Amino acid sequence: MHATGAIQDIPGKFDPAQVRDLFPTLRREVYGKPLVYLDNAASSQKPQAVIDRLIRYYSSEHSNVHRGVHLLSREATDAYEAARKRAADFLNAPSESAVLYTRGATEGINLVASSFGPLHVGQGDVVLVSHMEHHSNIVPWQMLCEAQGARVRAIPVSDTGEIIYEEFERLLGERVRLLAIGHVSNALGTINPLQNMIRQAHELDIPVVVDGAQAAPHMKIDVQALDCDFYALSSHKMFGPTGVGILYAKPERLKAMGPWQGGGDMIETVTFEQTTYNEPPHKFEAGTPNIADVLAFAEAIDFLEGIGQDRIAAYERDLLDYATEQLLQIESVRLVGTATEKASVLSFLIGDIHPYDAGTILDRLGIAVRTGHHCAQPLMRRFGIPGTVRASFALYNTFDEADALAAGVRRVREMLG
Amino acid sequence: MAAQGTIRERARDIVEEFGLFDDWMGKYEYLIEIGQGLPPLDPLYKTEAYRIHGCQAQVWVRPVMKNGRVFYEGDSDALITKGLVALLIRVLSGQPPEDVVETSLEFLDEIGMQDHLSATRRNGLASMVRQLKRFAQMHANQA
Repeated sequence: MHATGAIQDIPGKFDPAQVRDLFPTLRREVYGKPLVYLDNAASSQKPQAVIDRLIRYYSSEHSNVHRGVHLLSREATDAYEAARKRAADFLNAPSESAVLYTRGATEGINLVASSFGPLHVGQGDVVLVSHMEHHSNIVPWQMLCEAQGARVRAIPVSDTGEIIYEEFERLLGERVRLLAIGHVSNALGTINPLQNMIRQAHELDIPVVVDGAQAAPHMKIDVQALDCDFYALSSHKMFGPTGVGILYAKPERLKAMGPWQGGGDMIETVTFEQTTYNEPPHKFEAGTPNIADVLAFAEAIDFLEGIGQDRIAAYERDLLDYATEQLLQIESVRLVGTATEKASVLSFLIGDIHPYDAGTILDRLGIAVRTGHHCAQPLMRRFGIPGTVRASFALYNTFDEADALAAGVRRVREMLG
Repeated sequence: MAAQGTIRERARDIVEEFGLFDDWMGKYEYLIEIGQGLPPLDPLYKTEAYRIHGCQAQVWVRPVMKNGRVFYEGDSDALITKGLVALLIRVLSGQPPEDVVETSLEFLDEIGMQDHLSATRRNGLASMVRQLKRFAQMHANQA
């Protein structure tokens, strides 16, 4: 099961050379050049163990879960629920029933907005988000607020891309009934001071929903230490398959919530007069779930924990510092997002070169970055820019690749500057 | 901009010019140069009405009919996109609308820019071409 067991035995500093070979896509060439994959905030590549798990499941283990009396179905159910235990341990959730499978962080947030939102947010209330949120942590709340006659307000962000804390404290006093906040900004890399924010929100009885999509691949997540009410994440950003994610929810919150979607598996008894619902987590998982991807996601969790998130975080911090240093040596490069606490993301502009032009040239050089507004249009407007070039790192990226990025940016300047 | 020749002839000239460069860098540098040479669109026309959507960069194209022929002006805030706009204008501007409607623009393939035509590329070249043709279609067979 633990394909990365060997890595655990290597003490001390993490070296990406130990894992690069496990990722077949990283061996690819693009336009005849080695691929430099720096678009990990959009989605990460998959280790062979994750790919193999998908194949193994479909080759010899597939059956529906929670239904059959036969051996295959029991095995699939056991594996599926064992994966939930795995995810619960990964997040330090108090129990498996606090861990819901979703399609990803977006669906997790939408589930909270639909099932929990109306219980808590009413006419004239405020849902507080930050100015640096991804659209998926803005739009579901707007939809909720529209239905409830409430409104979304945003905590302003400083020029360095950090939450202006006094403004957060001031806004908390304004009929806020829910705080929805990203752990790490996808566009800037800022790590938000969640611990304090959650504590202060709770003092006012305000539940907190955390969008953890960008944090989970880079650091240890402990939902009990954070004490958040909800934490949503996506498997595909943490070396697992697409189409699956986790929503952690405090058990007492889940108990109060009505079901989200109706269908098989989420019921206890059904008659035409009345249906009674299954207990959480299954109450929130209607229909045949994404079994294969759940099992492969558990493999990705094994991979991450096999290396150790603290070692990953330490290595990525060094890499980000180095890449930042290299880019800042280039004339006219301007970083967008210079928070003291950052993870994985380097968002920048090169003089007045359009990010699209820069991204197109970098692509031809074999360097995959993202350009544009990064699904954070309010944030881009806040900085008065159409978008940025975003290089985002993962544990398999090397210092050489940071050099390649810097060389690429120099080339972009020569061609377009 | 009021170049002579049919779409096919003008496209052939472009293919020849790009043929002088044997690597992608030369081709892109030339494309950027062509973009830089495109006369800027009057800011008056940089409005929603002339905006081409589906691009990461902002792109505007303004079509007009004159003496039974269709003329285009355009601009973009990204240089590579502007270069592509300039190529389309060079080939299509001043042509009979029927010809614009029918053209397949294979020359983009031949100069190594075909991947920009794919609908998944966010530069909107595909929607740009659709827009140019739509205007021509409205005026085709009216002359």
